[in-house]
Amino acid sequence: MSYWTTTKRIGRYGLVGFVRNGFVSLSAILMMTIMSFVLVNIMISNAAMTATLKDLTNKVDVTVYFRTNATQDQIDQISKSLQALPEVASVAVMSREQALADFRERHKNDQLTIQALDELGVNPLGASLEIRAKQTSQYESIAKYLQVQQDSDTGAGAAIDKVNFYQNKTAIDRLTNIIDTSKKNGIAKTIFLAICAVLIVLNTIRLAIYTSRDEIGVMNLVGASGWYVRGPFMVAGVLYGVVSSVVVLVLLYPILLYYPVLIGLDPTTELLFGNFNSFAYYTANFLLFFVAVTGTSIALGALSSYLAVRRYLRI
Amino acid sequence: MIYFDKVTKTYFDGAAPAVLDITLGVDPGEFVSIVGHSGAGKTTLLKMLFAEVIPTEGAVFFGSREVSKLSNGELLKLRRNIGTIFQDYRLLSTKNVYENIAFALEVAGRNDEDIAGDVPHVLDLVGLSDKIWSFPHQLSGGEQQRVAIARAIVNQPDVLIADEPTGNLDPINTHDIVEILKKINDLGTTVLLTTHNKSVVDSIGRRVVTMDQGRIVRDDKEGKYSL
Repeated sequence: MSYWTTTKRIGRYGLVGFVRNGFVSLSAILMMTIMSFVLVNIMISNAAMTATLKDLTNKVDVTVYFRTNATQDQIDQISKSLQALPEVASVAVMSREQALADFRERHKNDQLTIQALDELGVNPLGASLEIRAKQTSQYESIAKYLQVQQDSDTGAGAAIDKVNFYQNKTAIDRLTNIIDTSKKNGIAKTIFLAICAVLIVLNTIRLAIYTSRDEIGVMNLVGASGWYVRGPFMVAGVLYGVVSSVVVLVLLYPILLYYPVLIGLDPTTELLFGNFNSFAYYTANFLLFFVAVTGTSIALGALSSYLAVRRYLRI
Repeated sequence: MIYFDKVTKTYFDGAAPAVLDITLGVDPGEFVSIVGHSGAGKTTLLKMLFAEVIPTEGAVFFGSREVSKLSNGELLKLRRNIGTIFQDYRLLSTKNVYENIAFALEVAGRNDEDIAGDVPHVLDLVGLSDKIWSFPHQLSGGEQQRVAIARAIVNQPDVLIADEPTGNLDPINTHDIVEILKKINDLGTTVLLTTHNKSVVDSIGRRVVTMDQGRIVRDDKEGKYSL
């Protein structure tokens, strides 16, 4: 018998079994659909968490304010020494003139402040450096470095008026803790939910095949090879995966689009995650979702069937 | 053709043996009825022939080959050469009559054209031509057993094993099934039948092997049912 004939027969029996065991198929599809929703939820939550943390991290910095009499050389010297530190991601220089222009822009509707500034006749603002670390936990060591420079009271360090890290220290420490905990929780949650989903699907398919255990014995008895027996069950497992994937991928469109509306939000905003929009993320990364959901469901369906049938195969 | 050589089977340590030191030979074309009370070891003896049960001691030979030493591939070939029918029919419930019988032909490597020709033919032989597209749950017990027989003989096996095939049937269906088995035997197939039914054994009038507590206590060439 040719491989093509065998494959064709296995495929046909798999499809026929899928249709004729309609109720069992429906149960398996429902369970796999739930598993896929869990998977998608994990993917979107992780993406939202990452985006939000990145957003928050970008809002944190350490600012060094220079005295008004600091020279450009001193500012450049501090700036270069900071850029040489491995913890520093970027250093942005704000000149005295720029600081003044920004101040005027910010207070353009506050005539009293603008008048007071004009009456001064000189620019009271110093230059500053905005420093971003690669990780929030590194701000402390950068601040300490700046403190040492300031305390030395010689060279460029003498030009430093104030380092604002210690005013923000509590907020930065708290954010560092939140980020660390979120990452750890995210990984733990992902692993836990993934294991639960896989176990539920494995057991559902095992129960579905349990109902066919006598038939598997009969197939063995009439001389069917292991692959000829398990093949149709694996095809049915793949079909459970395909159907559930289609259901999930299609349903996600209206769910992600209209869920914010249903809870009274503008559809372009998100409930918890600042600027993160899950519908936009889903549509922009549809290929990723398609591969992840379809691939996982099909692989899990086929593998579960393989393992379940193996239990009842005697040859 | 079939030879049980000092075969003993104990299912677990400490249990009484299901089959004890049995030596039995069956020639090609014979019709052997194996009788005995429940638990006498009839089914265990038959299951050892197609390696569903492996003997604890002794050996079972099919032709010149020892069954328990066959590789998986060889065992599958052997099983395709032994038809089996059971008291509970053991049909594939999600397949219709045609597919149940075709399945045995498919695993034997037959092509679709041969299958399409052979299935109606064998159904005609067991008198079920009009039920070809029915599912097992749509058939009576007698009809299901006839489908099981059709599936068992469609590959023209050398041996047909019938383990209590009439146990669930009324007298009329029992008579029909026995007549079919005799017809199959007349066509040259060796038949091994286990039964409790005295009238069945007496009506066949061929070799009768009587078992009790795992041993063979009688072996009559043209025997009657006697316990």
